Formats: sequence, structure tokens, C-alpha cells
Amino acid sequence: MYRQKHLFLLPGLLVLVAIIIFPLLFTIRVSFSSWDVFQPGLDWIAGANYGRLLEDARYWGALGRLMIMAVGTVLIQYTLGFALALLVWGDLKARRFFRVLFLVPMMTTPVIMSVIWRTVFHESIGPLNGLLQALGLQGVPWLSEPALAFASVMMVEIWQWTPFMFLLLLAGLVSLPREPYLAARIDGAGPIRTFFAVTFPAMAGISIAAILIRLIEASKIMESVYVMTSGGPGTATETSTYYIYIRGLRDFQLGYASALSVTYLVIMIISLTIIAKVLVRLFVKDRT
Amino acid sequence: MKTVYLAIKYLAILLWSSFVLFPFLWAVTTSFKTANGVTGGATWIPWLQYEPSLQGWQSLFGGSGGTDITGPYFNSIIVTGSASLISIVLGTLAAYGLSRFTFKAGFIRNADITFFFISQRIMPPIVLAIPFFLLLRQLGLLDTLAGLILVYIALLLPIAVWVMVDFFNNVPRQLDEMAWLDGCTPMTTFYRVILPNSVPGLIVAGMFCLIFGWNDFFFAFTLTFTDTQLLPVAIVALNSSVTPWWSLSASALISVAPLILLAFVVERFLSRGGLAGAVR
Repeated sequence: MYRQKHLFLLPGLLVLVAIIIFPLLFTIRVSFSSWDVFQPGLDWIAGANYGRLLEDARYWGALGRLMIMAVGTVLIQYTLGFALALLVWGDLKARRFFRVLFLVPMMTTPVIMSVIWRTVFHESIGPLNGLLQALGLQGVPWLSEPALAFASVMMVEIWQWTPFMFLLLLAGLVSLPREPYLAARIDGAGPIRTFFAVTFPAMAGISIAAILIRLIEASKIMESVYVMTSGGPGTATETSTYYIYIRGLRDFQLGYASALSVTYLVIMIISLTIIAKVLVRLFVKDRT
Repeated sequence: MKTVYLAIKYLAILLWSSFVLFPFLWAVTTSFKTANGVTGGATWIPWLQYEPSLQGWQSLFGGSGGTDITGPYFNSIIVTGSASLISIVLGTLAAYGLSRFTFKAGFIRNADITFFFISQRIMPPIVLAIPFFLLLRQLGLLDTLAGLILVYIALLLPIAVWVMVDFFNNVPRQLDEMAWLDGCTPMTTFYRVILPNSVPGLIVAGMFCLIFGWNDFFFAFTLTFTDTQLLPVAIVALNSSVTPWWSLSASALISVAPLILLAFVVERFLSRGGLAGAVR
């Protein structure tokens, strides 16, 4: 009877292994070759690509920017998402309408919304500067001044993905048991104390999960960058993923780009593991 | 004190709502503009501030010098639909297996296999793009719908497994055992007893597959050129220095519209508490 069990698991497992594992192993192999436009094909140049990337300041700069962008946006998304979830959790007129509205951005195609945002940020005929001028202020070069361009990309990421945090955290809030809240009210605890003593600890598990999922997704940021700034001005908004894309699929230095992506993947896995450990310790300490 | 608190609460909700709506409202008004209306500055109100026109919406079908997006629209539906369907079928089967039977291979246990599925979400698209490109070229599937469907299965299968494993773990085992006592094999148990009881899980899994499939840009962008264009690629192609903002806005709105309807479905599950299990 249990012999049939493989019929369930194997089709899916084999398909995934075939589609993912082969490409991954192939990338690792290509990273040890000098494959480019002029000499396509697998030769063996040992670790030359890895030596080159150690001295590639542009790569490490892009990695630093990606980390700041990922951690920055995710922390803001978490704070805003939690606040919004709390706002529509309790009594509210038209509660369901606002719940739907707050979910909408995550349903929209990021790259298409980035195209719209690019017109919103337009310096002379965009509505954002139009708004500033209507208030009697000066327009701002949203996408052509390095620090502002970085902030603009972050703002679009926050617009797009705060709803995801909101969704997970609200789902968590809705499933909380009611008894601790009755107890807190009997003890005469105010709303702020109730939040820190009851709600926040009870949400530890889902908070960790939500932050980790978003960090994983945020470590891939590139579409908003590609559409809105193309990494510019200069390299002010260039993230690792976008830099690897330029080296690999625009300059077609496949060998070098593969070395870059293998290094990037390893760094991502290590930092996400460390962050996961830190988060668990942080939240669990709060609980005791 | 209570009124101050309420005022702050509604103010916050109002502020965030305007932030959410801002790009949509801007796109709606822009889609009715002409070249004159766009260069005229950041205007919002038709007739009063600019002369509205249907040019942007007509250009969706190739009129007024725009690009016809009906082809890409159907391509997107075919690729997202078939990849989601295949992922759900394979993913649901695998998830049921992982939830009900014990698998052992060396040091590998059920939990490790489940983790292998889910961990594929960590893989950055750029890492896979280069080998996918070479692989599809080798198979002659570059710039075809079939090639994209194959790649999208790799994206969506982990999501389907993730949602369904968790769902099946919450379906009582007594259901299976009763079916076995009645003489069902695991296969018949699965599709006669378990599947009919799994509709909510299937809807959530299907929804996430549709969202991630429909919204992907990167693979469609790197693995197709001119024969097979998906919707996001066709729209981003409009995005140049001489962007026709009116057709850009109209096509953007029409391509994000179907998934916005999904927000209503998600909210229903949320309010009934049906999501809490599925997202953990």
C-alpha cells in the first residue's frame, strides 16, 4: 500500500531538481571559465574570475547598497505593515474596504508600477514636483540626484511590499486567542501596555517569518532599479543583482558574471542564516 | 483623549490610502491625455486642465501609433495559466506525499525535502538566468512559450508545495484512515476524499502562483526577444526617452487590473481566518 507513496513525491521533486540543480551546477562550472562574447565555451582558468571579483570595487559597492536597501526597506515595511494591520484589526468604519485597498499594491506587477512611478518622479512634468510647486516649494530632481534616487527606489519598494507584511501580520492578528486580552483588561492594562505585553510577544513567530521572507525577496531587488534609474546616476542605485545582469547578459561576460552570482548567492545564504539566528534570539528574549 | 486617538487613527488611514492610490489615479488621468496634455505639466482634471482623448486606450490595439498588446496579453495568460496549473498538480501531489508518508534516503528526511522545495525561493533569478539562457538555447526553446512555461514551473512549484504541505498537515489523518478501511488505495483516497476537502488550500496556492507568475518580469525579459513577448516586457519596451505616456498608462492599468480583483479574494480568506494556517 505504501509503495504508491513515491508516485506522489517524485514527479514534482524530479521536475524541480531537473530545472534547478542542473543550471546551478552549470553556473558553478562556468564561473571557472573565461566564457565571453569572443570565446564562448567552457575552458578552465581556475579561480581567475574569483581573483578578479575580489578587486572589483564596483561589485562590493553594489553589494553594500543592496544590503542597505534590503534591510532599510524591510524594517520600514515591517513597522508600517504592523501599524496598518493594527489600524484595521479593531473597530473601524468600512474596515473591509481598507483591508482590500491596503492589499492592492502587492497584487500589481512591480516592473509595470515602476514604469508608472518613473513618470510620477519626472522632474518637470511629474505630479510629485507639481504637488511641491502647488505648495510653493521648489521641485526636486527625484531620480537624478544620487541620495534622492536611492530614496526614491526605496520608496517604491516600500509602496509595493508593505502590503505583504500587512497581509501576514493581519492574518496573525486575526488568529490570536481572545483570553489574554480579557485578562489584560481585568488587570487594567492600557492599550500600549497590552500591545507590548500581549500582542507583540504573541506575534513573535509570524514576525520572524515575515521579516525573513521579505529579506529573501528584497535581496533580489533589481527591476525597480532597472526601470527607474538603470543603476544611476553613476552607480548610485546599482544593486548587486543589477550589476551581475550588466556583466552577464549585457556585456555577455558569462564566466565572470557566473563567479559574481555564485559569490553573491553564498554571501546571501550566510547573511540570511545569521539574520535568522539573530531574529530568533531577539524575539525570544523579548518573550521571557 | 478618545477623540484625539480616533482622529489620529483616521488621519493615518487616510494618508496611507492616498499614498496607495496616488500612482493609480495619476495613471488613470494620464491615460486620457495627448502629447499636449502630458507636456502641459502635472494636470489632473480633464476638460478643465487638459483636453481628454481616447488615444491612449485605442493604442492598446495598435491604433494611433501604439503597440498592440493583445498578443502579449494572451501570451501572459497562457504562460501564467499553464505554469500555475502544472505547478499546482505536481505541488499538491508532492505535498500530500510529504505530509502523509515517511521518506528516507541516507540522511535525508521529509523535513529536508520540504525545505529543499521551499528554499528555491532564496535563489536569485539572476543566478539562474544565465544557465537558463544557455539551456533553453540548447533545447531550441529560447523565445518560445514552452520554454517560459518550463522556467515558470521552477518559480511556482515551491510556492505550491509550501502552501499545500501546511494545508494537508491541518487536514485530520482520520479522514485518510477511514478511506483506507473502506478499501481505497492512497491514490483513490487522495483524489476522492482529500482533494474535495482541500479547495480552500488549492485556492490560496493557486492565487499565489498566479500573482508570482503574472508579475514576473526578469525571466520573460531575459529569455524572450521578439516572437514571444509577455505583457510586462511589452510595456517596459514602451518606456523610453520619448515615452508615449498615454498608451503606457492605459496598458499598465489594463495589465494590473485582473490581479487587483484577487485582492478581494485574499481579503475574504483573511476575514474568515483561513489564511492564518496557509501563511505560516
